[in-house]
Amino acid sequence: MTEDGATRMVQLPSGDRVLPPVPGSRTEPLGQPAPPAEHPPVQGLAVVVGSRPVSAYTELTLEAPDIAQVAQPGQFVAFAVGGPTSAMLLRRSIAIAGVGDGRFSVVVSARAAGSTWLAGLRPGDEVDVVGPLGRPFPLPPEGTPTLLVGGGYGAAALVGLGGLLRSRGHEVAAVVGAGDAARLCSVDDLAAVAAPFVVTTDDGSAGRPGRVTGPVADLVSGAGAVYACGPMPMLAAVAKLATDRGVPSWVAVEESMACGVGVCMTCVLPVVGADGRSRFARSCVEGPVFAGDRVRFADVGTLPPDLVGADAMTLSHTPAVEGETP
Amino acid sequence: MTEVVPSVDMQASIGGVPVVSPVLTASGCSSFGRELDPFFDLTSIGAVVTKSVQLRPRSGRATPRMAETPSGMINSIGLQGPGIDGLLADELPWLAERGVRSFVSIAGARTEDFAELATRLRGAPGVLGIEVNISCPNVESRGEVFACNPDASAAVVAAVREAADPAHPVYAKLTPDVTDIVSVARACADAGANGLSMINTLLGLVIDPDTMRPVLGGVTGGLSGPAIRPVALRCVWQVHAALPNVPILGMGGIRTGLDALQFVLAGAGAVSVGTAVFNDPSAPARIHAELAEALGERGFGRLADAVGYAHRAPDKRPEGRHGR
Repeated sequence: MTEDGATRMVQLPSGDRVLPPVPGSRTEPLGQPAPPAEHPPVQGLAVVVGSRPVSAYTELTLEAPDIAQVAQPGQFVAFAVGGPTSAMLLRRSIAIAGVGDGRFSVVVSARAAGSTWLAGLRPGDEVDVVGPLGRPFPLPPEGTPTLLVGGGYGAAALVGLGGLLRSRGHEVAAVVGAGDAARLCSVDDLAAVAAPFVVTTDDGSAGRPGRVTGPVADLVSGAGAVYACGPMPMLAAVAKLATDRGVPSWVAVEESMACGVGVCMTCVLPVVGADGRSRFARSCVEGPVFAGDRVRFADVGTLPPDLVGADAMTLSHTPAVEGETP
Repeated sequence: MTEVVPSVDMQASIGGVPVVSPVLTASGCSSFGRELDPFFDLTSIGAVVTKSVQLRPRSGRATPRMAETPSGMINSIGLQGPGIDGLLADELPWLAERGVRSFVSIAGARTEDFAELATRLRGAPGVLGIEVNISCPNVESRGEVFACNPDASAAVVAAVREAADPAHPVYAKLTPDVTDIVSVARACADAGANGLSMINTLLGLVIDPDTMRPVLGGVTGGLSGPAIRPVALRCVWQVHAALPNVPILGMGGIRTGLDALQFVLAGAGAVSVGTAVFNDPSAPARIHAELAEALGERGFGRLADAVGYAHRAPDKRPEGRHGR
């Protein structure tokens, strides 16, 4: 967290300038890039040891000591789906919901063929998995009260964090929301570690009617750090509420990934770097956890002209004929 | 890892330069290699083929950048990358310090861009050679892809061969999206290419039935993965038949050692593993082991003896398949 009121001009190697903060406005970032994980990922076969329906989702528990023993909250795993001769080549990346006893669990939302295959795994089945992947949630300074915000199955990614924060003596408040009661997730797990604990549904079928942003607006001022995982519009709204009140926030984004390990370059989104310049950052290896005030949510899915290297794109931009080369 | 048949000599050659393995990564599918370091020994493969580098840093295109397709995917990344300065400052030293060979893919919008990149790579540590990605639009020819025109392809190859370090073999990477790939291959070889990489992706399109618009931000994208393997194999076969002395780095949907074997038998002296890495990040090392085993099972003592073996005269009797 930086509160640097001094007027200064930063000269970048390129000759571009970063203007000094305007007094009274917040241009200095609250969050720096999340540090990388302590342990590199491993690849191997994990054995399914548990499968149970959790409202609209399926919770899988897998035996994989190499992953479970080193995973940190906020990290994810990438599953190969469909078996060794599968026609579905791309890995399915899913947040780790919990770890213990050499096992980890994930919450699968069966939406298309790949996730449906995963949700159909039964105890005893083996699945090729890579993990733990991505940057974990940075932990706040000792004594910082925290607020966790989960949307849909994104709430599962906060369960491990909630337990860790509690064990380190932090106050933990939580808001969990979804479109309807069936799409709420990890309610019991988070209720066990958080107080106050608020549930919202858009249709009012459980908890308070409405979005998470209402309760978050009430609770954010009492927090020293906000952690969120869920759909992108929710993350944008939560990050804004936190940033507007000067509270650092960490968001775990969900972007479409082909590999999960950093080589395919498909899961990018525009993020402001430590040098103040924006780049397309890979949500797998530079995320999935980003400082909430560093993600340019409004520009996701576009090519902002001020991105590093955006100027080079116009020179050869002839999409009608360009056979894109990976 | 499966047991390797120890008797097979797997040494291969990239344009005359010996490499410990005929298996390389493929450009654009392994970034600059370091993300794969946790999964296998990068020094055990022939080389890391880098993502195509250009003169300037590039942001790449807006998302969505990929869509899964049957046994493959299409992508439109837009050559996101650090530019030649970033490659020389950060990526190549990281590889060289670990003894990893790099085969640097270069891309440009005009012939001079390619030549300048080749010049900048002179003396760079750990560089095995240069793969020229000519599947780029030529701004001086209304955006026509270099690789679709034999003369434009030859001009780029000649300029790169002229500018490059003489110790760096220069391979031209060909697109299958042409009527006659042999004519482009011959033009590149005549212009001084030390070898040919084939194939690049095929231009494809996916439309989202819900939005009823193209999925990719770039509209069209490159199709890769096992879905294109028969096309790639056909290209390697045709070019090897026409130009048997031109080394070929074969690629396009290789997922197993038996897939790699098909490319070797069709005439490739080495292979690149691309999209399979997204599915299995240790695929290059696995495929090396599987290929060695497959060669041993078929009685080959050396990889080199299998290159182009499928072009031999027909057997007199059908059951001669495994006999030599």
